Amino acid sequence: MAIATKGRFGPYGGQYVPEVLMAVLNELEEAYEAARGDPDFQKELDYYLREYAGRPSGLYLAEALSREVGCKVYLKREDLNHTGAHKINNCLGQGLLARRMGKRRFIAETGAGQHGVATATVAALFDMDGIVYMGEEDIRRQQLNCFRMQLLGTQVVPVTSGSRTLKDAINEAIRDWMTNVEDTFYCFGSVCGPHPYPTIVRDFQTVIGIETREQCLEKEGRLPTRIVACVGGGSNAIGIFYPFIEDTEVELIGAEAAGYGIETGKHAAPLVAGSFGILHGAGEYLLQDEDGQVREAHSVAAGLDYPGVGPEHCWLKDTGRARYEPITDQEAIDAFCELARLEGIIPALESAHAIAQVLKMKDELGPDDIVVINLSGRGDKDVNEVEAILETQGVAK
Amino acid sequence: MRRITAVFETARAEGRGVLVIYVCAGDPNLEATEDIVVAAAEAGADIVELGIPYSDPIADGPVIQAAGQRALKVGTKVAGVLDTAARIRERCDVPLVIMTCYNPILQFGQEAFAEWAVQAGVDAVLVSDLPPEESDEWVAHCEARDLGTVFLVAPTTRPERIPEATQRTSAFVYAVSRPGTTGERDDLPKGLPELVENIREHTERPVVIGFGISTPEQVRAVCRVADGAVVGSAMVRVIAEQTDEGAIVPAVGRFVGHLAEGTKTE
Repeated sequence: MAIATKGRFGPYGGQYVPEVLMAVLNELEEAYEAARGDPDFQKELDYYLREYAGRPSGLYLAEALSREVGCKVYLKREDLNHTGAHKINNCLGQGLLARRMGKRRFIAETGAGQHGVATATVAALFDMDGIVYMGEEDIRRQQLNCFRMQLLGTQVVPVTSGSRTLKDAINEAIRDWMTNVEDTFYCFGSVCGPHPYPTIVRDFQTVIGIETREQCLEKEGRLPTRIVACVGGGSNAIGIFYPFIEDTEVELIGAEAAGYGIETGKHAAPLVAGSFGILHGAGEYLLQDEDGQVREAHSVAAGLDYPGVGPEHCWLKDTGRARYEPITDQEAIDAFCELARLEGIIPALESAHAIAQVLKMKDELGPDDIVVINLSGRGDKDVNEVEAILETQGVAK
Repeated sequence: MRRITAVFETARAEGRGVLVIYVCAGDPNLEATEDIVVAAAEAGADIVELGIPYSDPIADGPVIQAAGQRALKVGTKVAGVLDTAARIRERCDVPLVIMTCYNPILQFGQEAFAEWAVQAGVDAVLVSDLPPEESDEWVAHCEARDLGTVFLVAPTTRPERIPEATQRTSAFVYAVSRPGTTGERDDLPKGLPELVENIREHTERPVVIGFGISTPEQVRAVCRVADGAVVGSAMVRVIAEQTDEGAIVPAVGRFVGHLAEGTKTE
């Protein structure tokens, strides 16, 4: 019965799924283990990351932001990847894995549309049938990304069940997978879900942290003192944190979406204000009522609008290796505007949470600190929404 | 638990299969659920599965999902479902199986849930997203109070994992007819008799088949290879189709009576 410890991060993680899924999860795990140990697979992945996605991404010393904060602040430029975010790292990895397993249908869920676009891109690249589940509410909020997926030849399936957002899109994608197990690969977008996804997605995102480590040593001759990343499901954060976990002198800080404020209950911050339960096959912190019914999350950043969080983050929180801080919608919007003006970089609203966290803690920082912010995505997709919000607030453009 | 054992023994002696009916608790409300279960039992349901509605039921097809959402909308709570089970138990002897996702049990407290279920006269619990590998703690709480457990075996289940399910099963084994969540067909999926045979190699417990069964003919075909048939979505749909709440009980009676004719295999 050693299986019960499989895919665990302390008490978190596991495989809480219907029996029908157990065989495909086992198949996926075996295929991944074989690929991970195969130098040809790694070589192929490195090739596509370099030539297709444009890696390595830069580690940019943000001078104006550094002056503002009072120490060196670097931005890890995941926003410069092909498709505009870190999501492509994971999708290329899972796409190659799907191809290796001989699967024709490449399905995924998406909230903001970034993972959906990356999935659609990889489906086109590797000539697979792309199918992306997206909540009806999110389709309305993210028309542009929806159209991008269609341009790439992927079918976008509107999800009308439940709250019609990301969590329901995941439910529908899982149901599709259960029904079409033979020819379907589920390209999961974050470090959540049942084992082996939290491990697979982390491994494919770890390239962010590996590069950051090398680049920082090259530029500064030492490791950063703090690394800050936004946390929804948590894939960009675990990707940059993971290679630094053993370096206990490097402080790891996750910025969770506090929405309208933790006290209002309308947020997406399960690590800050959630409790232990099961969501999408994993034991983790989540937003729920006393009956275990999953509560709807809220964040201005659709990519953070998820009531759960990856099991490894739960363990990093419990062990104290990382800390997680709440950032409200307003703080994120302010940081979004500030980075645009200071650096000429419009960040994704998700990544703006990490910028806001650094601005917020500047009193804790001294001149010898080196801060790295994972700029996980670019903000093109968000400009319409931010414009609408600023207009209602009467802010002059 | 003894009620479940007795039902299978009786059916076997009578040369027929066991009819298992699934009802979503709280759809349209818990008072109606109580009457529905009693009516189903009177019309020939041998076992009733009482589903606890859940916000994110990944194993369920669209019909049961919609029923769960209606039930949650009218404020159905876990404690309310267990109270309803207790009231049903006062009115009839039909074996009751609670069907639920794992998270409501976790939040209720595993031991407390098992204890309340036994006090309410529940005979077994089926946790739809708890595979054998994750279930040791829950199974221990059930065994401690003779609360039955039900585990599933799917056509995709690897042969070496079948014993994992059967060893932890004390009530009956639930064989899933085909991958996925929904789908109605006249014939049985190929390989079903073999699946049942594979399960029987590992256990003496009864084996029932579920998923996609909606007619007496399908019930009959299933009862020829297994000990019983589960009808879920079709029952939930019949309940949902009644625009007048007063029409539900007679409709349930008619539908279950019709299905029960299919259990006679000889």
